[in-house]
Amino acid sequence: MHSFNDIFETYNWDEVKGSIYAKTGADVEKALSATKRTLEDFKALVSPAAAPYLEQMAQLSQQLTLKRFGKVIQMYVPLYLSNECSNICTYCGFSYDNKVRRKTLSPMEIMREVAVIKDMGYEHVLLVTGEDNVTVHVDYFKKALELIRPHFAHISMEVQPMDLEDYEQLTPYGLNTVLVYQETYHREDYKKHHPKGKKSNFKYRLETPDRLGQAGIHKMGLGVLIGLEDWRTDCFFTALHLNYLEKRYWQSKYSLSFPRLRPFSGGLEPKVEMNDRELVQLICAYRLFNEEVELSISTRESPRFRNNIIKLGITSISAGSKTNPGGYAVEPESLEQFEISDERSPAEIARVISQQGYEPVWKDWDNCLT
Amino acid sequence: MLKIADKTFSSRLFTGTGKFSSSALMEEALVASGSELVTVALKRVDVKNNDQDDLLIRLKYPHINLLPNTSGVRNAKEAVFAAQLAREALETNWIKLEIHPDPKYLMPDPIETLKATEELAKMGFVVLPYIHADPVLCKRLEDAGTAAVMPLGSPIGSNKGLKTIDFLEIIIAQSNVPVIVDAGIGSPSDAARALEIGADAVLVNTAIAVSGDPVRMAAAFKIAVEAGRMAFEAKLASPVSHAVASSPLTSFLDA
Repeated sequence: MHSFNDIFETYNWDEVKGSIYAKTGADVEKALSATKRTLEDFKALVSPAAAPYLEQMAQLSQQLTLKRFGKVIQMYVPLYLSNECSNICTYCGFSYDNKVRRKTLSPMEIMREVAVIKDMGYEHVLLVTGEDNVTVHVDYFKKALELIRPHFAHISMEVQPMDLEDYEQLTPYGLNTVLVYQETYHREDYKKHHPKGKKSNFKYRLETPDRLGQAGIHKMGLGVLIGLEDWRTDCFFTALHLNYLEKRYWQSKYSLSFPRLRPFSGGLEPKVEMNDRELVQLICAYRLFNEEVELSISTRESPRFRNNIIKLGITSISAGSKTNPGGYAVEPESLEQFEISDERSPAEIARVISQQGYEPVWKDWDNCLT
Repeated sequence: MLKIADKTFSSRLFTGTGKFSSSALMEEALVASGSELVTVALKRVDVKNNDQDDLLIRLKYPHINLLPNTSGVRNAKEAVFAAQLAREALETNWIKLEIHPDPKYLMPDPIETLKATEELAKMGFVVLPYIHADPVLCKRLEDAGTAAVMPLGSPIGSNKGLKTIDFLEIIIAQSNVPVIVDAGIGSPSDAARALEIGADAVLVNTAIAVSGDPVRMAAAFKIAVEAGRMAFEAKLASPVSHAVASSPLTSFLDA
């Protein structure tokens, strides 16, 4: 087997979607009572038939999460390094055709941002960029990592997909985790949303986690952008991808995210809406399907939702995030990638976590370990 | 009294610091457990400013010895490096060796663990390796200079109890170093059972931290471990599994 693409090609979107929507209450009950849950069980748990079982799913999700992760929530924060981008993505504020001022942080500016983030108490930082291989390339990342590494225990990256050799070059610089979201597993819709730039290559993106696994990356994050296509079907493919990766790259850890499309100036309206009940259903379904995967929630979600989701199965949360390069110190007023919904400070979120009976954890890695 | 390397322990309950809902609750539970050896993940503490680390401050009791662990490392080389860092930062040459390259099930790597134990023992560390319940590996670790062995009772964090009991019994029967059952102990009765069959100590974390009342659960484990040890020392009556036949097969020999 060459890559996940070999498996992916044996599936047909419409058939998968049809089988999810054909699941019945009996299928859901079988999935709930199983001790080891299969992909068919996952389909049942994300299907409309599972809606009446939401409370039961939440109870199970909480128990499983407690057993594995305990009463703790990991804290992380994004650091946007650049909004330069040569891709057109219909849903993104950084899209090439979007008239915003472009900015890539200089070494001095990176250090100013780092100082503010450190003051908030963070030890885990997520570096984010658009995709511009002329200015924001492997050498830029190396320099950025060199600057940032001494200040953080854990460095994650959410940037353009790269070649295997690039990842191999970056890990010695302290790169621990790479997030790369497929956006959608619907090949035709993917083309529609990514008409221009390197990102329009569906297969290259689909095979990125394989390259990460081959590079021996410690942790990788998967997910889809919810709102582009039928979320139940898209999340089934995410689960399928996760299943494949865990077996093949058994030395890597995995995390899942479930970002819902957020408005930005001049942007796309979601094709498919996912309400709060459905997002809870998805989070619980992921947990019931995989007891070990980390589940992460960002400031895209509302304060009320975030307060209440802490006990339901997630394991990490961001707070105080800025989604514009320089947003913490250098240029606080510049245009964001997307509007955040929860403006509360990290200290406030930490208090909320404690009030829910959980401990906010700032440090759970050490840069001596990479 | 249990003796490991140069230290003696009156409590045979070792504990961990993970998964608690707050560090204050952790402190209270660990005090209630009476534990004298508490493992701390190096990756969780601020080794650079360890005098300000909340978790470490809460473990500053004269009766509590810290046992740094290498959780997060994937091979012997990283483990040796982490152990050296821990020794420097926490001023102890004790190290709980955890090498699990598999982050899903956290299964210990026997080959890398043996390699790291050999190296660390030569460097003067008191090594306590977390391993599968593998009797041959335990003997090999003894030869390598391990201070104790820490076989798992069942998968870590699973609370499934002593699934490996048949292998644990072999390990206990032939070990020349203390045997500490490390993972999977889900309830005080599991802990008591481990001590009854002759384990020298148990290490419990999840079952205390994730329980409804960690402080009471810690106290329950304390009693269970004491009871199990007392039962072991008092020598359990063997269970009688055979019936007494009404028409004996060998009675003809009496004639």
